[in-house]
Amino acid sequence: MAAGTQGEYKLPLPRMRGSAVEFYKFCKAHELRFQRCTDCAAWRHIPRDMCAKCGSFNFEWARSSGKGTLFSWTTVSQPALPQFAPLVPFSPAVIELEEGVRMLSWVVDVKPDELALGMPVEVVFDDVTPEVTLPKFRRRR
Amino acid sequence: MDSLKDKGCIVGVGESAFTRGSGKTELRLMLEASAKALDDAGLKPHDIDGIVGPPLGASAEHFAANLGIEDLRYSTYVEMGGASPVVALQSAAMAIAFGVANCVLVPCGWNGYSVMRVSAGGQGGSGATPPGPLAGTIGAYYLPYGAVAPVQWYAWLATRHMKLYGTPFETMGTIAVTARKHAQLNPQAYMRGRPLTMDDYLKSRWVSYPFRLFDCCLETDAAGAVIVTSPERARDLRRPPVYISGVAEGHPYPADDIPARPDPFVIGLTFAAPKALRMAGVTLKDLDFAEIYDCFTYVVMLQMEALGFCKRGEIKDFITPERIGLGGELPMNTHGGLHSEAHVWGINHIVEATRQLRHECGERQVKDAEVGLVTGWGDFGDGGLAILRR
Repeated sequence: MAAGTQGEYKLPLPRMRGSAVEFYKFCKAHELRFQRCTDCAAWRHIPRDMCAKCGSFNFEWARSSGKGTLFSWTTVSQPALPQFAPLVPFSPAVIELEEGVRMLSWVVDVKPDELALGMPVEVVFDDVTPEVTLPKFRRRR
Repeated sequence: MDSLKDKGCIVGVGESAFTRGSGKTELRLMLEASAKALDDAGLKPHDIDGIVGPPLGASAEHFAANLGIEDLRYSTYVEMGGASPVVALQSAAMAIAFGVANCVLVPCGWNGYSVMRVSAGGQGGSGATPPGPLAGTIGAYYLPYGAVAPVQWYAWLATRHMKLYGTPFETMGTIAVTARKHAQLNPQAYMRGRPLTMDDYLKSRWVSYPFRLFDCCLETDAAGAVIVTSPERARDLRRPPVYISGVAEGHPYPADDIPARPDPFVIGLTFAAPKALRMAGVTLKDLDFAEIYDCFTYVVMLQMEALGFCKRGEIKDFITPERIGLGGELPMNTHGGLHSEAHVWGINHIVEATRQLRHECGERQVKDAEVGLVTGWGDFGDGGLAILRR
């Protein structure tokens, strides 16, 4: 169950097109995977058609350890979308994974005023609907 | 030709009334501003033969149809959010330098309060319909986590800066308080008559940490317009020309995702600033004032570091009320900026810089102003700047 919600999931779901469909398909299987170039081995996120390091169109969806650190965050008191009002304050956070890629998510078990740069975190998967799973993070001890 | 230096000059500026509830379309607001700019220049509508259209609200052809421009020789758009107006000066100068057009109109405006108000869930930033290049990123990767507004995206940069460099809230507050102070000297500023103290700033409610209410710019219905022509054409016009001595655009990398950036403090302006300064042949020390795009207080600080006014992390020592206030070493946002005059996508920064360089600013005039800086910031950190001189 997603934090702050009861019963039917009321928050917006990701709008998936193209490679985002792939990204979330792995999340549904509780696997955090990012694109990795099969020619130069560079990781990337958000997904791209080409490797910006070497120009290759070839890639694989490589599995991340799911371990990372907190790179930055904001704590929302006045949400831009009304569906998020019951959750305030909540903290959209930038997570840096061990593989070097960064992604936006939430740290689910840490109060906003306890967040700190470099805090070790690890991925958890939240099956918010039967179809959609969102990757989130918790403090890694 | 290897430079756009002084190839174009601003000869007319104008704006609509700044309100919260215009009752007019964006096009109407921008046409009113355009009519004022034409009158300011002493030009007739049909003298315009080029238009750099606004990023939203109307097309260049809408302007031509209303203004009676039968032969629109040049039209284009700049899709850089709040950096669009200042970067439009680059397109205008290029068109004029190569003889593609003689007289270029740059309009911009919106109903940022009554129609697109972000704080009420409107689409001003991207709450409902994100701007084109960013829509995919926001919809797929930010939306499920509730991060759909500029105040949230830019806060990631501000938080990291504060934690890494010990940047205090008071630095951000100084920017907000100084803008408000300047607005008291500007008859058309929306916040004239409503002073702001540091205490008011520090007590204002959180919007998205580390941004409080007074870290955020205004939401207003407002438009502005600028007319650019050649130095030759400018000679017999109503006002003294203001030369576009240096102009450049820049984009962060990658431009469509903030978390992915190798160095999050490298922004569009980081790339653009050296080019425009070199073109103009000036250094930062030569600037008599700076109109810095101020959607949020920290975004001003981020741009100042990118421009090279101080080293990264040292903005807390650079920004002081004495330095950035009128009468100081670098008066900043002398009209009150997006914070206290109106949010007009920064075209009001160009209008103000032009008036400062014509010495028309009355009580808020920067004494003997000869050269000034205007910056723009948009989307996820697109940037542009112009060095203007009289």
